[in-house]
Amino acid sequence: MEAFLEIFDIYLLEAVINGILLGGVLALLALGLNLIFGVIDVTWICYAELIMIGMYGMYYLFSVYHMPYWVAAPLCILLVAALGALLHFLVIEPLLSAPPINQLLATGGVLFFLQSFATVVFGIDFRNVGIKLPILAVGEMHFSYARLLAFVAALIGMVAVYVFMKKTYVGTAIRAIAQDRQIMVLMGVDTKRIYLITSAIGGALAGLAACLLVLMYDVHPFIGLSIGPVTFLICVLGGLGNFVGGFVASFLFAEIISLGGLFSDLEWGYVLAFGFFILMMFIRPAGLLARRS
Amino acid sequence: MSLGRNPIAWPIAWAVAAIVLAAVPFVHRDPYHLHILILILIWSFAYTSWSMMGRFGLTSLGHGGFMGVGAYVTALLWNHLGLTPWLGIPIALVCAAILALIVGYPCFRFRITGHYFALVTLALSGIVLQVITATRDWTGGSLGYTPEATKGSQLLAMQSGDKVVWYLGALVVWAFGLVVWTWVDRSMARSAMDAISEDEDAAAAAGVNVTAEKLKITVLSALMTALAGAVYCQYQMFISPDTVSGIGISLQMVFAAVVGGLYVALGPTVGAIITILLAEMLRIGFGTKAVGWDNLIYGALLVAFIIFLPKGILGSILDRLKLRRAPAPTRPAAEPARARSASAASPP
Repeated sequence: MEAFLEIFDIYLLEAVINGILLGGVLALLALGLNLIFGVIDVTWICYAELIMIGMYGMYYLFSVYHMPYWVAAPLCILLVAALGALLHFLVIEPLLSAPPINQLLATGGVLFFLQSFATVVFGIDFRNVGIKLPILAVGEMHFSYARLLAFVAALIGMVAVYVFMKKTYVGTAIRAIAQDRQIMVLMGVDTKRIYLITSAIGGALAGLAACLLVLMYDVHPFIGLSIGPVTFLICVLGGLGNFVGGFVASFLFAEIISLGGLFSDLEWGYVLAFGFFILMMFIRPAGLLARRS
Repeated sequence: MSLGRNPIAWPIAWAVAAIVLAAVPFVHRDPYHLHILILILIWSFAYTSWSMMGRFGLTSLGHGGFMGVGAYVTALLWNHLGLTPWLGIPIALVCAAILALIVGYPCFRFRITGHYFALVTLALSGIVLQVITATRDWTGGSLGYTPEATKGSQLLAMQSGDKVVWYLGALVVWAFGLVVWTWVDRSMARSAMDAISEDEDAAAAAGVNVTAEKLKITVLSALMTALAGAVYCQYQMFISPDTVSGIGISLQMVFAAVVGGLYVALGPTVGAIITILLAEMLRIGFGTKAVGWDNLIYGALLVAFIIFLPKGILGSILDRLKLRRAPAPTRPAAEPARARSASAASPP
């Protein structure tokens, strides 16, 4: 092991592992968006703003109302799940028969709305929940516990969604609708209800992400603008609605960001990742795992 | 609109409108009002550029990127190489066009449309924003960037403290945008793009070169948006990633164009008037307390408009007028040119 570590640059290894940890969180973000897209055929441009609202929810429950983290987190997840359902009911439902791009633009309006809502109500100050998790030191490498926790929680969240989709009736119906929207109505599935449930699950995943991200980043009304684009890129890179593709793309993206950041600033990691994305659009435009037609 | 059929009436009406608009700064010299008018003209031009693609279903969320390239390349060339904006702007436009080709070609070649296209172009505005922030040693990052005030000729530096000069300049640019819009509206490209937005495969089968047509309109739109960015930079003498690039600006363009009306020439202008006046009124009425309120109202309005008035304010008003004149229209009023050409082409 010692010899291996000497040959292998220790910082490189640290960056690789940090990339994997980041990938877990990104995969969670991508899962929610992919679920909504796969089932309802709608892109929530405001997805990251839901996370932002969830982070504020965590901040208020934890720091202002002094609830323990383990109570605040489920409440926050429920809150964002309700927001997701509300978003579907108020904005998407009336537009289901409109051109798909209108739905995307309408959620763009919601993005503006939520962002300014946060500015007006919470102010533009950066807020921190003030949980300082220790740094884990393995040899000469350093990992933050927050990232580790987020990685594990993201994996648990993803497995929970997987089990739900595979083992329950509603989950089966959701997967069936994702495969064929028209037929399932004839099979007696209430699409309205399924859409609402899916939106709530999508919201819940955003809520879970909020609970985890709040441990790593300060909350401010514009944080969605830094989370959102990466999430969309991952979903497109993996193929919109393709769960496995999104999963693979998350880790690939996270590694590029992490390793790119190793050689220069973190922003250059993002620039590299975006460049990689454009390159992949030439090579695999329908997503990483898409079959070539 | 009783002058609809008269061949002389329209040019006269246009000439009168042009003279009235050009005369404004000489009659009313209030610098604040002129400033608002200049902003409205510049942003109207940007929104018009966006709507040239948007009306054909090419919903780009990357125009913030083109605008950023136009503004930053011009300013960087001026500050670092001392290159006059008269040469810098063409270079910036070429950069934006290359960017549009790089993103547009794979999208159109591989039939990336709808959601996918919107998200891919979203990536573009994200990239431009990140690059501007990451190269903060040159661009000042998120703190913004100021083109150096010239010590020599103001004309050469394309700088001026005179609002009247800027008003007239912005008016010319805005009118140019409308001319291009109308030119595209009456060209073959418009029919081709209409066919493509209805059904790509059918259009391709009918002999339309889908990729080339889409690329043409995208590059044109990107060029104009970059020009808007450069003009904005030269006028404001300050740019930051938040005011000329990124997703916020891209969505703002979409919002204004949709609210005003995507399918009519003056729609984006109406959108710019509404959005800028709303923001200014809130700012004056409530001062710093109004921070965020304008976007709160924009957001709610955008959702309401897409649900209830997808043709926008001007589009819907023109529809009403048309309905009143012709009781049973078979085609939407937003597409008068197509209705005309179709009725001329088909035998009675």
